[in-house]
Amino acid sequence: MTEAPLLRVRGLSHAYGSRIACSAVDVEVWPGEVLAIVGESGSGKSTLLNCISGRMRPGAGEVLYRAKDGREVDLWQASDAQRRLLARTELGMVHQNPRDGLRLGVSAGGNVGERLMAVGARNYGAIRATAAEWLARVEIDVGRIDDLPRTFSGGMQQRLQIARVLVSRPRLVFLDEPTGGLDVSVQARLLDLLRSLSRDLGLASIIVTHDLAVARLLAHRICVMRGGEVVEDGLTDRVLDDPRHPYTQLLVSSVLPP
Amino acid sequence: MTASLRLVDVSKTFVLHNQDGAVLRVLDRLSLEVEGGECVALVGPSGAGKSTVLRIACGNYAPDWGRVLVAAGGRATDIACAPPRAVLALRRQAIGHVSQFLRVIPRVPAIEVVAEAARLAGSSPDDAHARAGEMLDILRIPRRLWSLSPTTFSGGEQQRVNIARTMVVPFPILLLDEPTASLDAENRAVVVDLIRDACRRGAAVLGIFHDADVRAAVATREVACATLSRAA
Repeated sequence: MTEAPLLRVRGLSHAYGSRIACSAVDVEVWPGEVLAIVGESGSGKSTLLNCISGRMRPGAGEVLYRAKDGREVDLWQASDAQRRLLARTELGMVHQNPRDGLRLGVSAGGNVGERLMAVGARNYGAIRATAAEWLARVEIDVGRIDDLPRTFSGGMQQRLQIARVLVSRPRLVFLDEPTGGLDVSVQARLLDLLRSLSRDLGLASIIVTHDLAVARLLAHRICVMRGGEVVEDGLTDRVLDDPRHPYTQLLVSSVLPP
Repeated sequence: MTASLRLVDVSKTFVLHNQDGAVLRVLDRLSLEVEGGECVALVGPSGAGKSTVLRIACGNYAPDWGRVLVAAGGRATDIACAPPRAVLALRRQAIGHVSQFLRVIPRVPAIEVVAEAARLAGSSPDDAHARAGEMLDILRIPRRLWSLSPTTFSGGEQQRVNIARTMVVPFPILLLDEPTASLDAENRAVVVDLIRDACRRGAAVLGIFHDADVRAAVATREVACATLSRAA
């Protein structure tokens, strides 16, 4: 337990005009840890995710990422080039809508291979072999490697997006409602896949979801947001089974037990 | 140092903010100690807080007051205030908890559910698989069911998968919440043997056993949970 957090967010605040989306949020993620950020629409969870994944500059606060070389980098003090390099090599982003994370005019294999080329791979045969391996890993028939993603079902597109993100072996992955638009049966498969991949790769991830069942199955730790603030955080099953804050109690008691 | 579990002056109150701030007092300065090799049975009427004690002992509930000292593998941790990572590490390696209900991802096969626990405790994938198979055999889960998700199983089969998933790891501390509740006589006997084996290898066991015969067969001592007047 002597290792250090992979990401430390300190006093992060952001406002859209006079509307406050995030207010002095502190969050930490440790290596190998899955953190869920839960809350209703408008709670500020997507704003928080955008700011800590380096896609939107926060009004205030620090986003300190411990890079592979051991140095801690403040994503918003770093240069654009440095931030883009980290986003390409050490960070990954899985969008709710796979169409936002895929290139629809490029084949499935191309979508995965492109990420490898972005981090320096040049050998076509090796790239294609790795792409095929990753398609299999996310349970897509390798025979579909040359098909366009638009011919895939929603669940397959989401799995392809996950392969595209994970192929370059990021250390920290951000997932925005990854099971959001999927049928329940497809969700279970995706959850199982995400869980085994993050366990096998020792991946750290931050997953934004409004679905408490998803948070329970995937996350080690949970942060409950309301009105731009973290109102409760801790061990996932403790927060869900023994909630302290009135809002967490309301959230937990409002869902039908699965 | 052998394994042990010590609750010191543990109090637990639930405040239900959305039900007019109703206050439920469940435990008031409860202390108890379970040494390695012992099986302590929690007794008391429904609602006395027996399950709450087990949940506090594995870090699922946080007590308002008191210490929950878990000693295993040469280290003692107060699980009441340990960081989440430390609690999760203890659950992987030191504390096995058989809850009343099995909770799993729908499509994962029974054998994988059991093997995963062994893997998390540090076994290689092959070893974990082999041990999971042995444990499912001991608990008499027919082999034709191993590749199916336990969500489709009967209540008794689910409960046995739940027990297998805990017993597949030689945890130094075991928390058992009605492990034999939905089992028939033969399966009850199998579970009784597993619990006694665990005590013999030095595990500290704390459990709730409503069945008087089971309790007599496994418990070395009883501790009573008193019903508190609920309103504070």
